[in-house]
Amino acid sequence: MNERIKEKLEILSDAAKYDVSCASSGSNRKNTKDGLGNSNGIGICHSYTEDGRCVSLLKILLTNHCIFDCAYCVSRRSNDVKRAAFTVKEVVDLTINFYRRNYIEGLFLSSGIFKDADYTMERLVRIAKELRTIHKFNGYIHLKAIPGASDILIHEAGLYADRLSVNLEIPSEASLKMVAPEKNYQDVYKPMNYLSREIKGLKEEKKTIRSAPKFAPAGQSTQMVIGATPENDLKILNLANNLYKKQNLRRVYYSGYVPISSDARVPMLKQPPIVRENRLYQADWLMRFYGFKVEEIVDDNHPELDLELDPKAAYALRNPHLFPINVNEATYFEILRIPGVGVKSAKKIVAARRHGKLRFENLKKIGVVLKRARFFLTCADKEFKMLGKDPLLLRQLITAPSSKKAAFNQLSLFG
Amino acid sequence: MTLTYDGTYEGLLSAIFETYRLRLNVERIVPEYDWINNMFESPVHVATNQVWSERVIAGIELQCSKKTTTLLYHCFLSEQPTISMLIYSFIRKAMASTIDITDNYGDETVLKLHQIKKQISREVHRMHAFVRFQRTKDDIYYAVVEPDFNVMPLLSTHFLKRYPAQKWLIYDTKRHYGIYYDMRQIDYITFADDSRLRFRQLNNNILDESEPDYQILWKSYFDNVNIPERKNMKLHLQHVPKRYWKYLSEKRAQF
Repeated sequence: MNERIKEKLEILSDAAKYDVSCASSGSNRKNTKDGLGNSNGIGICHSYTEDGRCVSLLKILLTNHCIFDCAYCVSRRSNDVKRAAFTVKEVVDLTINFYRRNYIEGLFLSSGIFKDADYTMERLVRIAKELRTIHKFNGYIHLKAIPGASDILIHEAGLYADRLSVNLEIPSEASLKMVAPEKNYQDVYKPMNYLSREIKGLKEEKKTIRSAPKFAPAGQSTQMVIGATPENDLKILNLANNLYKKQNLRRVYYSGYVPISSDARVPMLKQPPIVRENRLYQADWLMRFYGFKVEEIVDDNHPELDLELDPKAAYALRNPHLFPINVNEATYFEILRIPGVGVKSAKKIVAARRHGKLRFENLKKIGVVLKRARFFLTCADKEFKMLGKDPLLLRQLITAPSSKKAAFNQLSLFG
Repeated sequence: MTLTYDGTYEGLLSAIFETYRLRLNVERIVPEYDWINNMFESPVHVATNQVWSERVIAGIELQCSKKTTTLLYHCFLSEQPTISMLIYSFIRKAMASTIDITDNYGDETVLKLHQIKKQISREVHRMHAFVRFQRTKDDIYYAVVEPDFNVMPLLSTHFLKRYPAQKWLIYDTKRHYGIYYDMRQIDYITFADDSRLRFRQLNNNILDESEPDYQILWKSYFDNVNIPERKNMKLHLQHVPKRYWKYLSEKRAQF
């Protein structure tokens, strides 16, 4: 076997892993009778890394040569790392053969900027085009839209890819300029805005004209690095909210900064801010699936997310006047606001209560996390002693580790 | 009173039909190979009747929905010992009710069935994820599985849609049968002697010559995608319980 391919793969997958987008869902690409692969509905994770993330795509850089020198990036020009580049044929070959063996759902292709944005983008598009047209590949393709690339190339990319993304990386332009002086927001927003217009336009067209082409059916996403620069959660979540509302992005990824760089412009963290990243994802879910407005989660008085409590519980403690909620009578959206009740549980509650009033044991079986929820709801059991407690006391009760509970049980046996 | 059936889904439905036809009061419905002979009771065996089982399905579909009949079939594939009685109990309740009881999560039986269906769905999803093909010299893509439940009948559509232009074979070593697609249709097959298949990795002289290379490349890719600073074994095991590690060539030490 060609040792060179193995070495290239090692270098170029190692460099690509900090782009955390790994989704293979959201597209609707059917296969043909003589084609290879499909990509509709839910994504499939074919493997999992020891850091808990899933591996569903072949995520590689076309090359890690780069003309830029961004402080937070392992492939920056001034960093002394081994450089490599795949040929178009090599990428196509790896993708097809991994796919045939059911190792992957598809390809995620990014690249360092070699020569200039258009030169790089043209090569990415060529690979996607070859996979689709020559090899009849209908699996998932996620292409990066290189900031500053021309509209024509971005358009062509949308014809062959399922998802396109261009990364903001840093949550404010001022900070971006400090860590990556060669970059700017305009180069990022130009392809992003072009794509959101095109995606919207072609979707409308497809409703009336059958032969309108498929254009990035899984939409757009982007990534923000958390913790490399000083922006607070208020700024980050408002930015994410705008991206969802104005640019119609499908996903925003929050990637806790992994201190891989010894550059003085970025902090030398001891470890990545994993808890903060988790809370940001929870807040993101509240905005997208729970009907929360961004100002209900963070505002000028609470510009940072609580690290100890999930954002929904924090919201409930700040707004005790909105509770308790009667699960047998409240609306679906009111039930969604109860801490410990997720979307699936809320849907089950609304479905099950048509057959009979729900009690605590039903709620427990449905999957409601009663440890948190019991302070905020009423049900057919008509138990009120959990309600009306002081928020500070509630915070202690909710965040207390379960081992304390075990100790209490033991005591009461002999008491 | 105890009824036995031949162990197939149609068999179970035929037995349930009998309870309505003869207005029987049954305590147990079991597959005949599960019945332990005792001198206090001799069970009545119900022969599988295609017409009867179709009538039961049609009845449930009318009373509830197609989703419900799918729910029952999938639960049956779980092979759990109590599943026959759960399905029987559900059908009795469903036919006696005036409304569709399928989403009454407050009821024990309904809830249990949904939980079992969830387990089956998860196992099917895991099979979609962890089936790993190896290319043989005859250009057949071959994979070996050992699912927790009998989910093979549920795998064909997915793989057929995905790989219509290559020959593939997925074999269940626990249940000793497999599905084979020869680019025209899918057949159920068994091997007369499948003892050698227990070793997941095929012999090198059957494999296509490029096969070991791609396995090495995959392991290489996998090793480099991990971010050690974010190591979280608890989360990792939640995603891939240890019993699935045998599927993942990248977890094997031999490379």
